[in-house]
Amino acid sequence: MERPQVQLLVTCLVDALAPQVGRAALAVLESVGCGVSYPEGQTCCGQPAFNVGLTEEAKRMAAHTLEVLDATEGPVVVPSGSCTEMIVHQYPALFAGTEREEQALRVSSRTRELTQFLVDDLDSGITASCGGCSVAYHHSCHGLRGLGLRDQAERLLRDVDRMPLEGAEECCGFGGLFAVEMPSVSAAIMDEKLDRVEASGADTLIGSDISCLIHLQGGLRRRGSDIEVRHIAELLAPPGT
Amino acid sequence: MSEPVSFLTRAETLLGTDEARAVDRGMRRMSASREAVMAELPWSEELRDRARSIRLHALSHLDRLLAQFADQITERGGRVHFASDAAEANDIVASILSSASARLVAKSKSMVSEEIELNRHLEAQGMEVVETDLGEYIAQLAGDTPSHIIAPVLHLTREDVGQLFAEKLGVPYTDDPIALNQVARERLREVFLTADAGVSGVNTAVAETGSLVIVTNEGNGRLITTAPRVHIALMGMERIVRSWEDASLILEVLARSATGQRLSVYTNVITGPRREGDPDGPEELHVVIVDNGRSDILGGPTAEILACIRCGACLNICPVFRTVGGHAYGTVYSGPVGSVVTPGLHGMDPWWDLPYASTLCGACEEVCPVRIRIPSMLLKLREVAASEGRLPGWLEKGMARYAKVAAHPSRWARAKRWAHRLSVLVSSRGWIRRIPGPARGWTRYRDFPRPVKQSFTEWWRSTRGS
Repeated sequence: MERPQVQLLVTCLVDALAPQVGRAALAVLESVGCGVSYPEGQTCCGQPAFNVGLTEEAKRMAAHTLEVLDATEGPVVVPSGSCTEMIVHQYPALFAGTEREEQALRVSSRTRELTQFLVDDLDSGITASCGGCSVAYHHSCHGLRGLGLRDQAERLLRDVDRMPLEGAEECCGFGGLFAVEMPSVSAAIMDEKLDRVEASGADTLIGSDISCLIHLQGGLRRRGSDIEVRHIAELLAPPGT
Repeated sequence: MSEPVSFLTRAETLLGTDEARAVDRGMRRMSASREAVMAELPWSEELRDRARSIRLHALSHLDRLLAQFADQITERGGRVHFASDAAEANDIVASILSSASARLVAKSKSMVSEEIELNRHLEAQGMEVVETDLGEYIAQLAGDTPSHIIAPVLHLTREDVGQLFAEKLGVPYTDDPIALNQVARERLREVFLTADAGVSGVNTAVAETGSLVIVTNEGNGRLITTAPRVHIALMGMERIVRSWEDASLILEVLARSATGQRLSVYTNVITGPRREGDPDGPEELHVVIVDNGRSDILGGPTAEILACIRCGACLNICPVFRTVGGHAYGTVYSGPVGSVVTPGLHGMDPWWDLPYASTLCGACEEVCPVRIRIPSMLLKLREVAASEGRLPGWLEKGMARYAKVAAHPSRWARAKRWAHRLSVLVSSRGWIRRIPGPARGWTRYRDFPRPVKQSFTEWWRSTRGS
């Protein structure tokens, strides 16, 4: 089957804090036969501003992102449920009734989260491998509840040694700027999650959203835990990427 | 900006306490029951769709339904009073009670009465008010406020209750729930028999027959609405549905969502006061329909929140509520629904920070029996708060600058380089242990990764670049 040419939107956090996830996403997409373009003007989707209520700032970033993406063609693939949800659901709402509405709808209809794209759109049959590690998977909320992604990661992880994680579908306490504005509450929720990650017996925590993962990894480091934290793309990429 | 006690301040006094642990345990138990009993119904999703449309229908026909409801009650010999705000509602209740020379008032659970602080008002007029819902009774004895709309003393353990009863009621200490229940039963029995008036809430009002539906698990609602001479029912003006068919569907999702029961133990239907030949029932029935800010909500961006049936499922599932408990919200309606309702009823001042007390995880919307889009309403209120200039200056200015930079890829690239360079001051081996400035809260509890030297964009450009 002919694989499409896709546009990779890595997200601002991956770009500046975790570029290895972007390289892994790129490698996965190429390994399943997609051509990958990278719209170089991409910056931030605007979600941080949107989530604190600063709508004008959010619109400014969203408009920029729309301009960048609308100049391209084919699926836009994002290794983050949260940013995907922003583009798919919030952009059309943000620009409803404005001259950008059409553009927002056009781009949102092309935008897909990475696991969703690999499983639902390509039915690629690809599975993750982890070289003998045991894996706990944390479902990030915006992918899970915002986009309805649940089985996609399960399918991708079917060949790795999975450790059941209690409350895998409960929030990790990140919540974007919530983690900075209400850090003690955020950390208390995180602690419960990390207790469960540790109790799962897994040596590797996997997720599909780098934002939650940075928060959890930062917390694990503070505990002195040696549990590794990785994005699912890193387990899907061919070895050596 | 005035600086009253914030959500965060209240939350921090509760974090990690026995109270918070008791809340977390209770909430997980209630959520699990809800899930089990909803899973019994293969059509639970359709049921929720119907419940939603019933409630939205009621909201969009509120004036007509309330008029019909009032006519029906009047026709059956009851009295209807409309109260525009808390003060008026309190005055109406007080004047009904004083015309009836009532001294002892027995109450069943009513969130509206908490909202308008009815007890305080009546007590100031020399009346004795006794809560008869077990949880509310305990809260009243303890001088405490309810921390959950369904389970008011969820934050207390049975040991707490045992000590309270020993201290306030002079009974020997026990933490056996059955024995404690028996103590409360005996005390309350006397109140049921001697009260001059009963004040109740209303779970659902039925427009077509003018009926009030009150559900309880303890039977206290039935006693206080039948034994005393006068029954006063308090209801928020939104608590109405069109028909019996609608009401029965709402009751079904209410019990399942609230307590994980198929139906509450007692479902009381009250249609008018005692009629000739009735063996019991009050001589007078008064229904006080309370606005108190609801009309404002109805005309605003969060109108849908009035579809709430007060089941509490969103509290039970909320990671923030579970972690801090209801008292952190500082108000009667807590948790996700409360964070929308409270600023709506009482204004953004000082409640504007409640909509920020959420991770926007969406679990509330996922369990809501009427599918209220709570996260998007929290976002709408955040938008209002931000537009009123309530955000801290660093956040507002910082975000404006961030947006400006993010709208220009070349500035963005420069900013990333600077972030990497500057972070050398606070980083060690790729991680930051202490962020200075307003984002310091992050590193109070977690490390933060150092911005990389070569961003993905730069890597792409150098290896694949056109």
